[in-house]
Amino acid sequence: MISLNVNGKSYRVDVSDDTPLLWVIRDYLKLTGTKFGCGIGECGACTVHIDGKAERSCVISVKQAQGRKITTIEGLPQSHPVKRAWIEEQVVQCGYCSPGIMMQVAALLSESPKPNAEKIINAMDNVICRCGTHVRIKRGIRTAAQIVGKGGKKS
Amino acid sequence: MTTSISRRAFLKGSLGAAGLTIAVSVTPFGSRLLNASGKEEALSGFKPNIWFEIKPDNKVAITVGASEMGQGTHTALAMIIADELEADWKQIKVSHGPAAKEFKNPILDDQLTVGSASVRAFYEPLRKAGAAGRAMLIKAAASTWNVPESECKAEKGTVQHKKSGRSLAYGKLCVAAAKLQVPQDPPLKKESEFRYIGKPMLRLDIPEKVAGAAKFGLDVAIPNMEIAVFSRPPAYGAKPISFDQNAAEGVKGVRKVVPGPQGIAVCAESLQAALKGRDALNVKWDKGTHPQLDNDFIEKSLIGDLEKPGAKVIEKGDPKKALGEARKKIEATYFVPFVAHATMEPMNCTAYVRDGRCDVWVPTQGQLVAQFVASQVSGVPPEKVQIHTTFLGCGLGRRAAPDFVVDAVLVSKEVGKPVKVVWTREEDIKYDAFRAAMSHRIEGGIDDQGRLIGWSHKVVSGSIMKDIAPQAVQGGVDIMSLWGLVDFPNSPDNNRIMYDIPNLYIEFLLSDLPIPVAPWRSVQNGPNAFVIESFVDELAHAAAKDPLEFRLQNLKTNMRASRVLETAAKKAGWGKPLPKGQGRGIAQHSCFGTYVAEVVDLSVNEKDGSVKVNRVVAAVDCGPAVNPNTIKAQIEGAVTIALSTALKEEVKFSNGGVKSANFADYNIIKMSDIPEIEVHIVESKEKMGGIGEPGVPPTAPAVGNAIFNATGARIRRIPFTPERVLAAIKDRRI
Repeated sequence: MISLNVNGKSYRVDVSDDTPLLWVIRDYLKLTGTKFGCGIGECGACTVHIDGKAERSCVISVKQAQGRKITTIEGLPQSHPVKRAWIEEQVVQCGYCSPGIMMQVAALLSESPKPNAEKIINAMDNVICRCGTHVRIKRGIRTAAQIVGKGGKKS
Repeated sequence: MTTSISRRAFLKGSLGAAGLTIAVSVTPFGSRLLNASGKEEALSGFKPNIWFEIKPDNKVAITVGASEMGQGTHTALAMIIADELEADWKQIKVSHGPAAKEFKNPILDDQLTVGSASVRAFYEPLRKAGAAGRAMLIKAAASTWNVPESECKAEKGTVQHKKSGRSLAYGKLCVAAAKLQVPQDPPLKKESEFRYIGKPMLRLDIPEKVAGAAKFGLDVAIPNMEIAVFSRPPAYGAKPISFDQNAAEGVKGVRKVVPGPQGIAVCAESLQAALKGRDALNVKWDKGTHPQLDNDFIEKSLIGDLEKPGAKVIEKGDPKKALGEARKKIEATYFVPFVAHATMEPMNCTAYVRDGRCDVWVPTQGQLVAQFVASQVSGVPPEKVQIHTTFLGCGLGRRAAPDFVVDAVLVSKEVGKPVKVVWTREEDIKYDAFRAAMSHRIEGGIDDQGRLIGWSHKVVSGSIMKDIAPQAVQGGVDIMSLWGLVDFPNSPDNNRIMYDIPNLYIEFLLSDLPIPVAPWRSVQNGPNAFVIESFVDELAHAAAKDPLEFRLQNLKTNMRASRVLETAAKKAGWGKPLPKGQGRGIAQHSCFGTYVAEVVDLSVNEKDGSVKVNRVVAAVDCGPAVNPNTIKAQIEGAVTIALSTALKEEVKFSNGGVKSANFADYNIIKMSDIPEIEVHIVESKEKMGGIGEPGVPPTAPAVGNAIFNATGARIRRIPFTPERVLAAIKDRRI
């Protein structure tokens, strides 16, 4: 039995220790907003927050995640600047990579609330979006940063 | 009409609540409307492609057959209905309909979401349908109030009688309106009265996608569902020599091993157990049919085939004579490699075969083909096969194929439980049907005025239609492989070479490589436009003309192509000098009824061969714009994925199979390579074209032309990797 803390709730799951956290979140906790893209930590579709940091849940075992504070896209408030900016800028196309990318952006903004263009590119150069929404991801990040700058209030 | 039963059953279910339902039937011969309110019998003989229902709670529920994969079709179709209906946008909801012949797109004659065809096929009919609903609601209100219809006006989900200050919401009127006859030719709005059409509307599916709540195929969960993964052949044509079924079935959580035509499935209670079971299976495969196949073999085969005789596709004028008499004649050989779809959601499907029925939950671009193969594999008649379409984690053409449906139905039938088949990313790339690799040889000639007078072109490629519509491959010619150069006769899509060339010869040879190919965003318009537009640039150079001027001179009869070229050039500052090491290139192409031109500004580092694209300016004429927000997004996305093919993507092969396995060794464009992308929509009253694909073709040639402009090196093969750019620069100096 493994104990997990996800989005402020406690869960106990009966899985082998080496099961990737991603599949526990999706198949056992039924939080399917976190996506499977590659299984090797290359694309970022599975990104969640572990103790506030963006991590690739497909390459972290459930055992490694035990006892730590995990947040998934479902746990990011609807009023979160990133979620608001993603709607405002219409960043999303198919939407499959969006939750993971948004989690990575949320972590970036909590570390660096006003990232410049170079910082944005460096921080987001390890995600893949096949629809090609990159220019809007950049725009979304700038808009989210503005919302953060205004204390979460929309302009 | 077997499938209409399930469609009617579906309608019956959806028509439980009393309300006004308008069904629209669109065929290649015109459209018809029906008041389908609560009376399924009214639908016998009537074949709606789309319908919408206004319910007493004011909600407007729209059901469409087209799949939503991020291209914004559901929103655009809803905008058209809502605008003419004068519906309140907040009350609109769109759902995927079931598989049904009635859902066929009239342009495609199939229920397929391909060919950038959904909005343009349904624009006029849906305007009529919405307007009919509005007329009926007005009539219902006028008779309720006992006032003339002419004094009533529909506005944002209500009918108003200004004189008396009365107003009724559509929800209050829908029951009365449901009893009225549907007008076949209702008055349409003037364009100036549009409330939604032409405005940048927010997509309806984005909020649930941002919340993480949208359901994709991999998110499907059915009670008692099991998970299956497949062990698949490592080389083309490889067969299993041995595998250890007992070892696999001995793994904790594994239920059953199921051998099938596409591989050997391991079905388990969890994905983790299925993957462990697959490892334990330890399949030994033979070497397959082409053990020597690798990238070198492929390139030699396709280029070598250029020496073999092909089939004549077009012969216009006297190309031989024209080329012989040309003031200048040049010849070039081009090559385009295999490219993977690699949609972010790997292929998957969930099926449940039991009690003479079969349910399939699948992110598909082709519901009818999914239904057909599910019926064939399960033995369940098609009318008992229900296709539940989920959101698609990108499609790109890959999801029109039904191979993943075969997997899931086969295993579910065998184990008698709901089964979700998950493809790992490695399988998704290795067992893709790729964008076809091609080789081209062209000769082109110009006269002393710089006019294109002769063009002779030979293409070698695998067949795209061989698996989709084998009867369409005639005399050894696959027109879809030639799209961009040649289109089907009288096709309004204009997937053909746009230049005025009086003497034109096109020849085609089918490659016999065993590698499966399939449509990939814009189909072969992409690779073929790369070749055409690069070669046109070579001709402009030979004519000592500016590339834009040369194109305009040879596109005199094509105003739409000229206009997008001029717009893109103007917005990009064509002709303005650039610093050393930078270059600017232009290209245009038309496909799926839409015209696009793009100008690329880039920098080339001549020391390491790296290319940095700085800016792409696109101009698009797609006829009337329904949702400019989506049009811009689609062109941005198309430019981005096309840049990825221009700079990065090439599938690697070895030992008779695919070597590329995951994103670690299949390069896709990332944030640091993304330029600024500007999209200009040219105002146009022309016939509406598609928007999902036409942004792709001009990008790669515009990049190549810009590299030539920056360095003087012409590269006739994508991707423009640093090694290839460096080699071309070296070559130039010799």
